[in-house]
Amino acid sequence: MNALLFNLTMGAYFLATLTYLFYLFKPRPTLGRISHWVISGGFIIHCMFTLDRYLEAGHTPITNLHESLSFFSLAIVGIFIAFERKYKVSILGSFVTPLALVILLISALFPSAIAPLNPALKSKWLAVHTTMAFFGYATFAVAFGAAIMYLIQEHFLKNKRLGPLYQKLPSLDTLDEINYRCLTFGFPLLTFAIISGAIWAETAWGTYWSWDPKETWSLITWFIYAALLHGRLTTGWRGRRAAILAIIGFFVMLFTFLGVNLLLPGLHSYK
Amino acid sequence: MTTKDRGFLQALWDFFCALKLSISLLILLAVTSIIGTVIPQVPNIPEEYIHSLSQTKLQLYDKLGFFDMYHSWWFILLLYLLTVNLIACSIKRLPRVWKIVSEPTLVMDEAFEKSLSLTHDVKMKGESATLREKMVSFLTSEFAKPVVTEIDGTCHLFAQKTPYSRLGVYVVHFSIIIIFIGAIIGSYFGYKGFVTIVEGQSVDSLTSRSGKTIPLGFALKCEKFSVSFYDTGAPKEFKSILTVLENGQPVPGYINIPTIVNSPLTYKGITFYQSSYGSASEGGTFYFTVRSRKGGAPVKLTARQGDKVPLPGGGTMQVLESTDEVRNFIPQFSGPAARIEVATGSGAPQAFIVMRNYPELDEQRGGDTIFSYDGSDQKFYTGLQVAKDPGVWVVWLGCALMVIGICMAFFMSHKRVWIRIANGHVVMGGSASKNPAGFQLQFDALVDKLTKL
Repeated sequence: MNALLFNLTMGAYFLATLTYLFYLFKPRPTLGRISHWVISGGFIIHCMFTLDRYLEAGHTPITNLHESLSFFSLAIVGIFIAFERKYKVSILGSFVTPLALVILLISALFPSAIAPLNPALKSKWLAVHTTMAFFGYATFAVAFGAAIMYLIQEHFLKNKRLGPLYQKLPSLDTLDEINYRCLTFGFPLLTFAIISGAIWAETAWGTYWSWDPKETWSLITWFIYAALLHGRLTTGWRGRRAAILAIIGFFVMLFTFLGVNLLLPGLHSYK
Repeated sequence: MTTKDRGFLQALWDFFCALKLSISLLILLAVTSIIGTVIPQVPNIPEEYIHSLSQTKLQLYDKLGFFDMYHSWWFILLLYLLTVNLIACSIKRLPRVWKIVSEPTLVMDEAFEKSLSLTHDVKMKGESATLREKMVSFLTSEFAKPVVTEIDGTCHLFAQKTPYSRLGVYVVHFSIIIIFIGAIIGSYFGYKGFVTIVEGQSVDSLTSRSGKTIPLGFALKCEKFSVSFYDTGAPKEFKSILTVLENGQPVPGYINIPTIVNSPLTYKGITFYQSSYGSASEGGTFYFTVRSRKGGAPVKLTARQGDKVPLPGGGTMQVLESTDEVRNFIPQFSGPAARIEVATGSGAPQAFIVMRNYPELDEQRGGDTIFSYDGSDQKFYTGLQVAKDPGVWVVWLGCALMVIGICMAFFMSHKRVWIRIANGHVVMGGSASKNPAGFQLQFDALVDKLTKL
């Protein structure tokens, strides 16, 4: 049952990626609508998969790389659907759904067996901390997609190559706006994730902050997005610089999530 | 004070007020923080790592404080600079924002109207006084209760929502300072350390991370320790049963308290966290049953670790090591086990493992004497992290403020609507401190309702 739902999700995301990429070349409204329904259907199946796993495991299914990558992918798709509905930018899907698919495919590479819970993870903070962290990560991933689109669009404008793709991409202002809106959700979520993590660390390890690599890298991510947030108050940092910083922030965030688990030893190494 | 001094002070003030400084400090903190995640930090530096470094590198890293980076003078300096920057920025900008909150612009004249991006002009029939009543009830029901100002026969209405959301940023800045204060209190008046307590024994002092012995002011007794495992062999739960003793007497309410990971014990501001366990090296007695392959009654033996015990058929045996859970070493088996060495006089001494849950296993070894292990009265010790941090509540206060401030700053917007009534015209203007696109929809809806009045 669980594996079936996972494979169905993977199929739906694969189909959505195809239709969204096709939309990039033939931006017909019908195709955009079809893509939207495919990804929404995939999202619902993905939610069912997560719920099924929750019921089977008896705890929040974000405790190893298979589960957390899958949840990351789920959060990205959820945030993307919300943004697509709000800003009517289907083309964002051409940049975000491939990312969600790739993350889900990587998730499939890790063993999917439900492992018993490590004593340190037995806490009510598991659900709060991980959910907020991954939704924060997901908004940064959507911001990353918008930032890439911004740089492509700007490149077209600079070189006066106002070709077909130029006309399909949203305006620079819309892209910058999406980038900013992502930041205004991602930054609070990241902050709440760090604070809930500190409270949890205090009860589990005896100290709210121990400069563990995961903690440090999440703080580094926080510093970068805080810098971006303050930079946006000055005019020079909007647009291009904000887009570049959003891309840097995304890679730092990816390292916080994956690099720390795989490369650096520490208290958070749940593989 | 000379003008030159004032010039310098002004320059210093401007330096600390600059947004550029905030951005630079945040990026600098982000970049330098990486060092401590790549270079091992005290107290967890492996010997091999130290040996792998060249002498010059070692001295350089040591001088720069890279082995305790987050407490090095330059990192702390960056944090202090950020704090000063934060305070200076707030002092500079807060009065202006406070003025917007406490003394709102009640009148939208034509010059102010031009500065607003959202305005709408509607022609309306009716007496000035009735129009005014209509507009007051319109704003009250559709937006917020307005303040009415009359100037030279022109009527001005002003209504606003959540003006205090403008202060959210300063609440967040203030919360960061509170968290820093909490951290400083913790580092000056608190400590972190470790105790190990053997089952049935008690301790009245701890060893701090720097190796100092600190008295607890009371005693802590470990009544019992237990560990359970999942079927896979992964640990499921470590549990210490702890009792607090004052002058040798158990303290009511602190007797036989189970302490597990994620559920620590706190007494008099000192918190004990379950963190590790092991077998106590001293004092264990091991029990064995020995019988001859040729037959005869089995003989019970007791052995203390390291002692050579004579065997009934000649020769000696001794316990080399033992464990309460052999699965950690040999995954196919479970339960207590001991590795023993048997010397029969002829040939080299033989070492092998006997397990309590598999008494028949030793027959397969093929020796003349068959051993089975009956277990030991060896005790566990529990390892507890000890922390005293009187600043932790200040940190939580700061965190709570930060959550409130962030919700104010990101999810609330100061929305203002003005209406001017003159010569049969109703002019409405609006502005919001955040999310202009979202407010425009709301404003358009208001205009829609206004024109239908």
